Amino acid sequence: MAELKSKDVLGLEHMSADEIQLILDTADSMREIIDRPIKQVPTLRGRNVLSLFYESSTRTKISFDLACRYLSAGAVSVAKSGSSLDKGESLRDTVRNVEVMGPELVIMRHPSGGAPHYLAQNVTSSVINAGDGYHEHPTQGLLDMMSVRRRTGTLEGLKVTIVGDLFHSRVARSDIWGFQKMGSEVVVSAPSTLIPPDIEEMGCRVEPRVEDALKDADVVCVLRLQLERQKQSFFPSVREYHALYGINARRLGLARPGALLMHPGPMNRGVEITTDIADGPQSIILDQVPNGVAVRMALLYLLLGGGE
Amino acid sequence: MNSEEKANLRQKAQIMDADAISRALVRISHEIVEKNSGTEGIILVGIHRRGVPLAERLARQIERIEGTEVPCGNLDITLYRDDLTLRHDRPLVQGTYVPIDITSRTVILVDDVLFTGRTIRAAMDALMDFGRPGAIQVVALVDRGHRELPIRADFVGKNVPTSRQEVVEVAVREIDGFEEVVIMERIGGEASNGGVEE
Repeated sequence: MAELKSKDVLGLEHMSADEIQLILDTADSMREIIDRPIKQVPTLRGRNVLSLFYESSTRTKISFDLACRYLSAGAVSVAKSGSSLDKGESLRDTVRNVEVMGPELVIMRHPSGGAPHYLAQNVTSSVINAGDGYHEHPTQGLLDMMSVRRRTGTLEGLKVTIVGDLFHSRVARSDIWGFQKMGSEVVVSAPSTLIPPDIEEMGCRVEPRVEDALKDADVVCVLRLQLERQKQSFFPSVREYHALYGINARRLGLARPGALLMHPGPMNRGVEITTDIADGPQSIILDQVPNGVAVRMALLYLLLGGGE
Repeated sequence: MNSEEKANLRQKAQIMDADAISRALVRISHEIVEKNSGTEGIILVGIHRRGVPLAERLARQIERIEGTEVPCGNLDITLYRDDLTLRHDRPLVQGTYVPIDITSRTVILVDDVLFTGRTIRAAMDALMDFGRPGAIQVVALVDRGHRELPIRADFVGKNVPTSRQEVVEVAVREIDGFEEVVIMERIGGEASNGGVEE
């Protein structure tokens, strides 16, 4: 019987293609539950899940909460403001408190890369990384792959182009690892200040001109431009970014006919993506949301579903 | 069942061959039509995995007899099992498809082997999440006894007395490439999985 090798899901870098396949297959089966009149199955009744969000999040948090609810797991959430996370408690002390509270699974988002790994090493509970610093956001990578696979049937041999702030993007890292493991070719494009120096070591190709990167792409993944980065001089102006790297109908037209358009949200309409294509027929942005719930249900089931 | 457990099994007897399975399904189709006075309001639902092709065959057979199409769906009960925490593995979730609203309809659940009754219990719970059926009936190709819940089959292909240590294996063309029902016995051993159904 296929299983995940680790008790935790911390990133896609060290996950095998077989494991990713198992998660995507399970998520496809879970997807149907979301469309039922009664959106709940009793699978994880009596299991306890703790969410620790050290960074603000709307859709990832809601998505995990819904996944817990649909599988009947009990979910307790701690947000940063108004909790001891905000009162200067060290990560080490938080970990020790988590350990004695004894949830079977902990979902963690943290501004520092590696924080969920530290937690995972020190507790017996399973840990799911809901985004750590600029490192990885594995559930987003998985839901991106699921959303594409449900349209194309396979990820093998696809050309996936990722455009935007790769430097500060954990989504991009998870997508690059994940899609490549499943047999896709990944091409990235951004202003050189927003490309991390080691990115080609991950196996993807860098195209400085966005037009070159988009040529013949099967999937175009647009990343969110964090507007506060302008103040840190990563790019001269939002308008210039839009002119040179914003994805509009003309640029999307360079990709294969019918190429799929994705964005992890929240979108800056008119900056990294124009409204006409974000709401157009090639956009699968609204598929990504329910698929995200299904992927998280699959992980909860695969990590908590069986006995010890 | 893992391969190690499988290696400890030896075939004791074949209890149905392809012809016997096919005749049983023809008879059950007639019984379904008789009991429900036709096909009005019925839907067949096969339980993964081997109940699914059996349900599809019953639907085709009933169509041949009555000349009306009978809706046919399938159900994965993995997420409703009561033994998930007793198992070491995580069974694959294979998806569920119910083509129409089952409210007020007669749902006929189809499974290959009826044993403890826990699969049918789980399937009934799953069905209730899709609506409020008018009635639920159960088809089992083989009823091997040893019920742990107050559940019975309405239509049975063959009643087979077994001991708890034995295993009944059903093979169907669509999944296994051949057709038969056999009883396997454990070589010099007790049931190692404590009655957990496969």
